[in-house]
Amino acid sequence: MSFHLALVPRRTVTPLRQFLTPVAALLVAVLIGGAIVALMGKSPVTAFNVFIREPLTDPWAMQEVLLKATPLILIAIGLLFCFRASRWNIGAEGQFLLGGICGGGVAILTHGMSGFWILPLMLIAGAIGGLVYASIPALLRTRFGISEILTSLMLVYIAEFLLDYLVRGPWRDPKGYNFPQSVAFSDSAVLQPLFEGGRLHAGLVLALIAVAVAFVLFRRTLFGFAVSASGDAPRAANFAGFNESRITVLVFLISGALAGLAGVIEVSGQVGQLRPGFGQGLGFTAIIVAFLGRLSPVGAALSAIVIAVLLIGAESAQVTLKLPFDLTRFFMGLLLMCVLLGETLNRYRLEIRRDGA
Amino acid sequence: MIDTLPLIIATVMTAATPLLIAALGEHVVERAGILNLGVEGMMIVGAATGFAVAVLTDSSVVGLLAGALAGMALSALFGVMVVFFATNQVATGLALTILGLGLAGLIGQDFVGQPRAAIPPIEIPVLKDIPLLGKAIFTGDVVFFLSLILIVLVAFVLNRTRIGLLLRSVGENHVSAHALGLPVRKLRFWAILFGGLMAGLAGAYLSLIYTRFWSPGMSAGRGWIALALVVFAAGHVWRLVLGSYLFGGITVAQLHAQAGAIALPSQLLSALPYLMTIAALLVLSLSGRKGAGAAGSLGQPFVPER
Amino acid sequence: MSISSGKFASITLGAFALALGLASPAMAQEKLKVGFIYVGPVGDFGWSYQHDVGRKAIEAAFPGKVETTFIENVPEADSERSIEQLARTGHKLIFTTSFGYMEPTLKVAKKYPNVMFEHATGFKREKNVSTYSAKFHEGRFIIGKIAGKLTKSNTIGYVGSMPIPEVVAGINAFYLGAKSVNPDVKIKVAWAFDWFNPGKEGDAAKALMDQGADIITQHTDSPAPLQQAAARGKYAFGQASDMSKFAEKNILTSIIDNWAPYYVERTRAVLEGKWQSQDVFDGLAKGKVVMGPYVNMPDDVKKLAMETEEGIRTGKIDPFTCPIIAQDGKAVECKDGKLNDGQIASMNFYVQGIEGTIPK
Repeated sequence: MSFHLALVPRRTVTPLRQFLTPVAALLVAVLIGGAIVALMGKSPVTAFNVFIREPLTDPWAMQEVLLKATPLILIAIGLLFCFRASRWNIGAEGQFLLGGICGGGVAILTHGMSGFWILPLMLIAGAIGGLVYASIPALLRTRFGISEILTSLMLVYIAEFLLDYLVRGPWRDPKGYNFPQSVAFSDSAVLQPLFEGGRLHAGLVLALIAVAVAFVLFRRTLFGFAVSASGDAPRAANFAGFNESRITVLVFLISGALAGLAGVIEVSGQVGQLRPGFGQGLGFTAIIVAFLGRLSPVGAALSAIVIAVLLIGAESAQVTLKLPFDLTRFFMGLLLMCVLLGETLNRYRLEIRRDGA
Repeated sequence: MIDTLPLIIATVMTAATPLLIAALGEHVVERAGILNLGVEGMMIVGAATGFAVAVLTDSSVVGLLAGALAGMALSALFGVMVVFFATNQVATGLALTILGLGLAGLIGQDFVGQPRAAIPPIEIPVLKDIPLLGKAIFTGDVVFFLSLILIVLVAFVLNRTRIGLLLRSVGENHVSAHALGLPVRKLRFWAILFGGLMAGLAGAYLSLIYTRFWSPGMSAGRGWIALALVVFAAGHVWRLVLGSYLFGGITVAQLHAQAGAIALPSQLLSALPYLMTIAALLVLSLSGRKGAGAAGSLGQPFVPER
Repeated sequence: MSISSGKFASITLGAFALALGLASPAMAQEKLKVGFIYVGPVGDFGWSYQHDVGRKAIEAAFPGKVETTFIENVPEADSERSIEQLARTGHKLIFTTSFGYMEPTLKVAKKYPNVMFEHATGFKREKNVSTYSAKFHEGRFIIGKIAGKLTKSNTIGYVGSMPIPEVVAGINAFYLGAKSVNPDVKIKVAWAFDWFNPGKEGDAAKALMDQGADIITQHTDSPAPLQQAAARGKYAFGQASDMSKFAEKNILTSIIDNWAPYYVERTRAVLEGKWQSQDVFDGLAKGKVVMGPYVNMPDDVKKLAMETEEGIRTGKIDPFTCPIIAQDGKAVECKDGKLNDGQIASMNFYVQGIEGTIPK
């Protein structure tokens, strides 16, 4: 006689449960992580302080957390549209890079000039760059029926090679000793810090606007409804006047534009030049953020902060506890798994049944 | 040139073998309708564990085995989550990769910078003396020969056996497969375990045969290339083999061109595998095959109603 | 919150003090905190690993007086925060060990005028920012001579990493060394376009051997090219650290990055209050570049290698002694009978006799 596990859909999911699930997942992950830290012979309490408490209480660290969270929020908000509609855009990293390339390209071509128009032009160019790049997997899916999952991923690598080509070739800083990087942008092309002596820039404001707009779109508009519906019930979306292809293209364009915007903001506000590796995997981390936030705009903003806290905390942990960065990576994977399992428990009840019953 | 040809072919073969093995595993997984984006993570854990165990037991063969099993253990975690808890496959796969990269670093920590002797190559008598290509094809490492057996085995099982048929029907449409009384979840779980075994083996190949030491990040994106290869193959094992050797061949050809002082746009060549895969998908699609060879229910979660 | 550096004695207390926004003033036994930023994992057994060896040397040299910290895997594009993290937690001396940290180091240095920074391989300095680099090409000139003597096929394979001046200067020095003892020698270069990618580095070595190279040298960090050479019974050289154990019978020598003396010297300068901004570009003479044991070669070659090493160390031999003829046949501008440091540090041409072009 053997048993099997059955998932029984819940009829209703209370808001409290919806809120508590990711929190519980975070808690479980923290407990497992703490146990591992203890196994490595370090104090889990100190680790908790360094990883979580310090980044949330120290003003310098908080600013750094928000700075790190900015691109994550922007990309994740875009990804919500895709993921809610069950369109698996996992190539946000590539769209992010294209945004940086196009926006950074404007900065390089206008190098030495000054003017208030340079920054807005860069932002627009970045958003368009990401948007156009995201339209490729979308069109491949709608026109040719090719799964978007791997095409969007493969385009990430193509974008990396494009960036590499540009900074080694035409856009290389002529005075940069042949190192693969562009000139450092002029002041007019740099997003200036919001506070004197700090590093936080206006990108955060744009990210928060994106959160608010997405919130309203999903709550109040037919389009938002159609996007969410097309994931679970494509016919309902059709009924709302949005057929599958249209939804696919639209969610990809939104997601690409936001990732592109994040890219140019990162290049302008943080890096200050084009160079290989400016993507830092943020486009992939944003996927975790989107899921951690249970595909809601506010959730995405909060979970971007959680992830940023971890990343900043990981650095302090290296400094003060000599804990390797690999531990943080492991923990982030673990955290995402806990959240995904929580999601299942949110939607289903577990039942153990006897086979054949 | 004639006398170096076998050497060049041998180089291509070692470059292609880890890609091919990992891709064979993922191919089976995707035929069963599951997309596991965690190949890179399983591979690197296989590399770290394989090397660590080889050093501890002083046996590279035991290391290869341990690496494969480590990959499988990780895939079991993935399998339990996506098959039995119906979690999102894309997200779970990515989580597996991140977790794996971290885990591998922790496992390999104490083994950095340690050397390891080579496993002696296998030579097939008589056949290796065939002029020109004999030496290249019939002298190789143990895993290379294993990969040849695996190609045949995977193709045979998927296309010629009942279990293969069941697996494919589960992948094509899990709802009707379930209605027909097939054990959808059990079959998928086994397929995922096989995929993990292969990814782990491919990883151990990297740290024990391809280059004989452990270092963090040594898989260098090969898991993602394996995933691209599976797309390129669009359901056919022979195209998987072709793709792996083509990918391996391009890398080696590029290095040869440089050594011969021929200037080639290196970024374009490096991007070529991905461009080619997208092009191949386009051609397939234009020739009228909707979905370009992917299994019908690929990536969709399955929760049986009863 | 104002943080005055160097006031935290214990790590844990420091973390708590930070969290509470307090900096306790009277801490006994103030240790000098020295921080390091690494671009790779300390386990890369190459570049970052060797810097970490230097870090440990500081701890060994000043027991009880210093405390060292490192942050590994710091992406160059996002390094400003990591550097500042060290600066604001009381680190007085900070080594940023990759070229790409140049701009971020300068930015942080501006904010923390009382912290001293040392940036490896860069060219921009400030009052509190020094730059330092090593003349690895001196070692490459020596191994060039060894290879030129030992090659039978007159073809030597060179696995390149990134086509930047340091690497190009290394290729030129190697070739000039080889040619000085063997006029017929040719070198072939294959680029991995990566500092660390074992599989690709190994494949590059194989491709070079397939094209007739019987000696392999490398400017990438993993022991893979050396291993592949050994697997085919060819000779090769180690890079960054003494790689003998990876191919005992086939290694000729290694060019070792030895940051320890420099790091100890600079730490001492801070401890004694004598630290000043400077630009240091030295090699064998100051022990920043060290040659591994010369093995697996006949005595006369060994003697030649040791004489060359001694000559460079004492200044009698310079790898870039004029006339230096570039690939296009033109003589390179030359003042004191040899190329100056600036010319070497920005080298972007091949010398005459090397085939092919420097890739973009």
